[in-house]
Amino acid sequence: MGKQENSFEIEKKVGMALKTRILSVIATLFFAALGIIVVFPFFVMVIASFRPGKDIIRYGLALQIDFDVMSFKNYKYLFTGNHAYFTWFKNSLVLTLLSVVLTLIVCYFVAYGLSMYKFKLRNFLFFLVIATMMVPFEILMLPLFQEMIDLKLIDTTAGVILPGLVSASTVFFFRQYMMGLPHELLDAGRIDGSTEYGICIKIMLPITKPAFAAMAILSSMGAWNSMLWPLLVYRSASKFTLPIGLNTLLTPYGNNYDLLIAGSCFAVLPIFAIFLAFQSYFIDGMTAGAVKG
Amino acid sequence: MKSLKKVLYSQKAAPYVFVLPFLLSFMFFWIYPLFSTVKMSFQSILPGQVEWIGLENYQKLLKDRVFHLAIKNSFTYMFWTLVLLIPFPMIYACIMDGKLVKAKGLFKALLYLPALTSVVVAGTMFRLMFAEMETSQMNQIVQWLGFGPIKWLKGKYTGMFALLLVACWRWTGVNMLYYLSGLKNIDNSLYESAEIDGASGFKKFLYIQLPLLKPTTIYVLTISIYAGLAMFLESFMLWNGNASPNNIGLTIVGYLYRRGIEKNQLGYASAVGLVLLAIALFINIIQLIWNGTFKKEER
Repeated sequence: MGKQENSFEIEKKVGMALKTRILSVIATLFFAALGIIVVFPFFVMVIASFRPGKDIIRYGLALQIDFDVMSFKNYKYLFTGNHAYFTWFKNSLVLTLLSVVLTLIVCYFVAYGLSMYKFKLRNFLFFLVIATMMVPFEILMLPLFQEMIDLKLIDTTAGVILPGLVSASTVFFFRQYMMGLPHELLDAGRIDGSTEYGICIKIMLPITKPAFAAMAILSSMGAWNSMLWPLLVYRSASKFTLPIGLNTLLTPYGNNYDLLIAGSCFAVLPIFAIFLAFQSYFIDGMTAGAVKG
Repeated sequence: MKSLKKVLYSQKAAPYVFVLPFLLSFMFFWIYPLFSTVKMSFQSILPGQVEWIGLENYQKLLKDRVFHLAIKNSFTYMFWTLVLLIPFPMIYACIMDGKLVKAKGLFKALLYLPALTSVVVAGTMFRLMFAEMETSQMNQIVQWLGFGPIKWLKGKYTGMFALLLVACWRWTGVNMLYYLSGLKNIDNSLYESAEIDGASGFKKFLYIQLPLLKPTTIYVLTISIYAGLAMFLESFMLWNGNASPNNIGLTIVGYLYRRGIEKNQLGYASAVGLVLLAIALFINIIQLIWNGTFKKEER
C-alpha cells in the first residue's frame, strides 16, 4: 500500500511540474504575441521609411518588403536635404532641456517646503496642488492663450514653459519621496550653522538624486512629445518644435512623406534610447502616483 | 534690510519662500484663467467689443447638435477606453506578476514603448495604416480575414475603432505597469496561506488580487475618465486636422478648439470647456463616492 501511495504522490508532483511548465510556456508565448503586436506598427513604419514617399501616399502604410524600391534615399535627404527638420529638432532639444531643468528645480523647492516643514497652511496648500490636477489642461488652454497674448509671451519659449513650470504631478512625486527622508538631517544642519536654504541645497538635494533622475526622464519625455500648447504659442515657423513641424508635413497631397516617415522614425530614437538606458527610473517615476493614490 | 533678511532666513518663513513659486503659478496660471474662462462663458466676445449675455452661450449649447455629437463621441470613446484599458491590463499584470512568465523585463519594456512616442508620430503611423486603399496595412489584414477593403476613417464605427486601437496600443503597457506596482504591494504571506488552503490561481486572483488592487483601479479609473473625456490630439492627428467627415471624430475639446481657436468665439468655447469640466468632475466624484474613497477620511 505504502509503495503505491508513494508512486502516486510522485506522479502527482511530476504532473504538477509539467503543468506549471506548460502554463509557463503558454504565458510567455502570450506576452511574446502581445509584444509582437505592439512593436508591429513601429516595424511597419521603419520599413516604410526606406520606401519612396510617393508609394506611401498611393498605397498607404503597409508591411511590404520589396528590395527593388527600398533605399536609403529618405535618410540621405533627412540628413543632407534642404529642409527645416533639424531646426525643429534643435528647437525641441532646447525646449526640452530648458523646461525640464527649470521644472525640476522649482518643483523640488515647492515639494521641499511642503514635506520638510510643519506649518499652518501645509495641508491646505497640498490640497491646492491636488486640486490643480482636477482640471484638465484643455479647459484652461483658451484663457491661458489669451493671457499669453496680454503678457506678450506669444511666440516665445517663456510662454511655452511658464504655465507648466510648477507641475502638480512632479511636486506630488518629490513630496512623496521626501516624506520618506530622515527629517533629523535638518536639525543636524541647523546645529552646524547652515541656513534653511543651505540645508535644502547642500544636504537634502544630494540625497534626493534618485527622485530627480526619475522625474528628469519622465518630464523630458513629456516635453519632447508635447504638442498642443506649443502649437498654440509658437507662431513663427523658425521656432517650431519637432511635433509641430512633423505635423505640417502631413498634408493631403503627401508631397513631403519622404521626410515625414524617416523624420518620425528619427524623432522617436532619442526617447527610446533614454528609456532603454534608464528603464527602472522611468517606471518608478510613472507609477509613483498609483501606489498611494 | 537686515531684519528682512533675518525674517526670510527664519525657520517660520522658509516654507513659505519654498512654496512661493507654486502660489504664483497657482494664481497666474490656474485661478486667473479659470475665472476668466467662467467670465467669458457669460460673454459674447468680438474684437474690441465685449458684451455680457448671461446664459445665452449655455442656452445655445443646449440646442447645438454638433456639440451633442461631440459629447456623444467623447463619451463613447471614454466608455470603451474604460472597458478595454482597465480589465485587460489588470489581467496581464496578474499573469506577469506570477512566476510563469519568462523574460519579464523585455516584455514590460516592449509594451511600454508606444507610450514614448508622441501623438504626432503615433497618429501619422495609424492614419497611414488605416488608409482606405486596398494596400494599407489594416485593409490587408481585413482582406486576409476574408472581408473587403474598408474606408476606415470615413465611417462612424470604423473611425471610433481606429481611435480606440490607437488608445489601446499606447496605454495598455502603461496601465499594466500601474497594476504591476499595485501587485508589488500585496503581502506574499497572503499568497502562501492561500496556497496552503489549496486555492487555485483563479481564486487567488478573485479573492486576493482583485480586492487589493482596488486603490490602483480607482487611480487608473480616475485618470482614464479625464483622459477619455478630454481626448483631442489623437483625433486631430488621425484626421489630419480638426475636420473629420460628418464630425465622426469630433470630441468635446475638438469642438472647444474649433470654436475658440479656429472661429475665435472665446465666449462660446469657454462655455464648452466648462460643460466638459462639470461632466468630468461629476463622473469622477460619483465614481469616487461609489468606490468609498472619501469614507477613509471620515474615520
